[in-house]
Amino acid sequence: MKNQILFFITIFMAWSSIAQTITVCKTCAVSTIQSAITQAKDFDTIFVKKGTYKEHNIVVDKPLTIIGEKYPVIDGELKGEIITIISDNVTVDGLFIINVGTSYTEDYAAIRVKNSKNFVIQNLVLEKLFFGIYIEKSRDGKVYHNKIIGDAVEEYNSGNGIQLWYSKNVEIEHNFVQHVRDGIYLEFSDDCLIKNNVSTLNVRYGLHFMFSNDDVYQDNLFEKNGAGVAVMFSKRIKMYSNIFKENWGTASYGMLLKEINDAEIIGNTFEDNTIGINIEGSNRITYKHNDFKNNGWAIKVKGACYTNTFTENNFLYNSFDIAYNSNVNDNIFDKNYWSNYTGYDLDKNGVGDVPYRPVKLFSYIVNRTPETIILLRSMFIDIIDFSEKVSPVFTPDNLLDNNPLIKRITW
Amino acid sequence: MLKILKYSFFDLMRSRWSYVYFAFYLLLGVVLLFLNNDLSKAVITLMNVIIVLVPLIGTIFGVMYYYNSQEFTELLLAQPIKRSSIFLGQYLGVALSLSMSLILGLGIPFVFYGLFESSAIWDFSLLLITGTFLTLIFTALAFNIALSNENKIKGFGYAILLWLFLAVIYDGLFLMTLVLFEDYPLDKLSLIGTMLNPIDLSRTLILLKLDISALLGYTGAVFKQFFGTSFGLVVSFFMLTVWVALPVLRIVFKSKRKDF
Amino acid sequence: MVDIQNLHKKFGKNQVLSGVDLSIREGGIFAILGPNGSGKTTLIKAVLGMVIPNKGEIMVLGENIKKNSEYRHKIDYLPQIANFPSNLRVRELIKMIKDLRKPTDEDQRLIELFRLEPFLDKKLGNLSGGTKQKVNLVLTFMFNSPLIILDEPTTGLDPISLIRLKDLIKAEKAKGKTILITSHIMSFVEEISDEIVFILEGKIYFKGPISELKTKTNQPDFEHAIASILTDNHA
Repeated sequence: MKNQILFFITIFMAWSSIAQTITVCKTCAVSTIQSAITQAKDFDTIFVKKGTYKEHNIVVDKPLTIIGEKYPVIDGELKGEIITIISDNVTVDGLFIINVGTSYTEDYAAIRVKNSKNFVIQNLVLEKLFFGIYIEKSRDGKVYHNKIIGDAVEEYNSGNGIQLWYSKNVEIEHNFVQHVRDGIYLEFSDDCLIKNNVSTLNVRYGLHFMFSNDDVYQDNLFEKNGAGVAVMFSKRIKMYSNIFKENWGTASYGMLLKEINDAEIIGNTFEDNTIGINIEGSNRITYKHNDFKNNGWAIKVKGACYTNTFTENNFLYNSFDIAYNSNVNDNIFDKNYWSNYTGYDLDKNGVGDVPYRPVKLFSYIVNRTPETIILLRSMFIDIIDFSEKVSPVFTPDNLLDNNPLIKRITW
Repeated sequence: MLKILKYSFFDLMRSRWSYVYFAFYLLLGVVLLFLNNDLSKAVITLMNVIIVLVPLIGTIFGVMYYYNSQEFTELLLAQPIKRSSIFLGQYLGVALSLSMSLILGLGIPFVFYGLFESSAIWDFSLLLITGTFLTLIFTALAFNIALSNENKIKGFGYAILLWLFLAVIYDGLFLMTLVLFEDYPLDKLSLIGTMLNPIDLSRTLILLKLDISALLGYTGAVFKQFFGTSFGLVVSFFMLTVWVALPVLRIVFKSKRKDF
Repeated sequence: MVDIQNLHKKFGKNQVLSGVDLSIREGGIFAILGPNGSGKTTLIKAVLGMVIPNKGEIMVLGENIKKNSEYRHKIDYLPQIANFPSNLRVRELIKMIKDLRKPTDEDQRLIELFRLEPFLDKKLGNLSGGTKQKVNLVLTFMFNSPLIILDEPTTGLDPISLIRLKDLIKAEKAKGKTILITSHIMSFVEEISDEIVFILEGKIYFKGPISELKTKTNQPDFEHAIASILTDNHA
């Protein structure tokens, strides 16, 4: 009997120690989040009621679940970082965090995860921020359904929306990032999944990879950024079904690939960008089932790019389909649909009987003397393009799509 | 003048050539839309047609009409009508009937296609407005050539040359200039070069719609202002109007001093 | 009626009129004659304002014609070669010219006179040269202006129409009108004109009645008188 009572007491104590909740509100016994964290035991849940809490440098040093009810406001008063998580198993949910301090020496973030595992950051709204969500040397976490609205104007004094640094296996899903420097930035971060995010109107990139390998990003929308997505010095990145739209400007592109190897680019849409994809020194990349629509240049190839394959893509009404800055080519173009194709299909097999030459002489000229762009679609240009098509001198003569499709591909 | 315009217009509206012209555009519109079923592609093809064919037809038709109605003009000259009224009336008669063939010929198939519900309506309207401007400009230029050349063969020759020059050769020279002086800042020069040729001007207007993504890739500040804001549109339309006004004024001037 | 002073006209290097002085009084038929290229048509066109003179003044009914188009209300002009817009019907052309000048009912009588009723709904492009000339005549005579200028009116006309034309011209003269005619048909000129004006190398060589010309050249008939002027001056 005594043993039984002891057993129940033990169970009860264990249960209460796991499920204990602390409520924070302006008139409660606990009126600041920091004090709630100090009082809390491991695995407690802190409920933050609606209201404004002027706090910064909140350190979460034990596994806790912090849940905001009806979006309580955490106002950092521009004094510095607001929440720093340094423990494993922390969940932060439903807070409205504003006024992160700006510094030129430290990257203050609205919420930082440092050396932690199994974190969940979700349903946050971040405004007036420097850096938004900063994941540092952490792994196995989730950044889900956050809304980050910055007010960045220039690159040098603004931070990134979601930043991963030396992190692994993080899922970034359903976030909405606007008006920051880079919407989402990954540096030395591997095996991450970036899915269903909307990243628009950012000063620099919608999404930015540096030295990160084996990541996947898919079903994201990148619109009206300084440039859509920059993928640099990374390996085995998979890019599926994203939309890159209206990235306009001098050095603007839907996607920049620089020193990228063995990537897969499948099912994406590049629409109304100055340059759809800008490729520099990237090898063994598969481009398949992408739509390139109304771009200035669908694809611009600079520097050495080897054994890339472009198959079954749609090139629709781009001012230029492909631009090369050399006349050597080691890439394969096959079975694409080119709306600029003027050949015929006499045997009715759906494949044009004459090869298509996607690099125009004029794109070579524009590359040399950019002002000549003003002559685009002139009859004279059509004539010289035609003569170059007949006997290529300036453009790679083996750059051909031998099986240009007659109808737009659907998949 | 309105009376002359009325008669020239109705005369042309009954002429076989107006029908041919109208039928050509109608056919083109129908083929582009209903056999191809791709509005974006149709607009691009139409652009090529408009900046090449419309000036050519305007020139040829203008010269032809002038020479064909020479005797009739003499009959009118003996009537108590001002000379400028006679020639402006005839000019407008030709230009308007050509414009009407263009607008109706292309407009009807597009309306049937459901243009009004489509987002391409602005692109398409721009095409038609540009086409009308080009008709006005090149018919006026043709009248100028015809007024200055009694010899029909010469007149036709100059008209074709004018078209060839503005449609093709000018751009060749323009391109060569730009490439030769590539070390200098050229954005102003290239814009001015465009303004001086009505075909290039119209092409630029259409580029503003079709290729804005590519145009914004260029660095020059003047370029950016021109293409990035409505400034380019306003300046282009203004220049097109100037391009109509100048040859028309010369028609008036020249006709007052000419012997018949 | 028409006063021309010191009229000069050059086409390129070709001096066509070199100092023409001519005064034509009101009433009567005046034939303007001269070899090909002597400047007959140029003179007429200068009076009509179609050719702009290099020098000299032209007064029509007391008005200086420079930069003026109103005085042409008082002139009926028959051009030498009448080519009308080929798509227009005869009826429409007549209506149009009336519309451009002023309303008149004379056209009905003239159409009957030249038997044009069957052609009224034909297109001008399908008419023969003679029929076109008849239409041309209708257009000229229907306005009843005090000054009538006819450039080769007999071209293409059949004999009956020619007779009708002569009658018409005489009738107009009887109304007190002034009529200027150029023609190469000497018999026609001799029969119809009161006075002739002979132009040679851009100048008025002779102006006066035919009888005076005959005496001056010592030739018994008009045709030879003209021929003798030409041979004398080109010999």
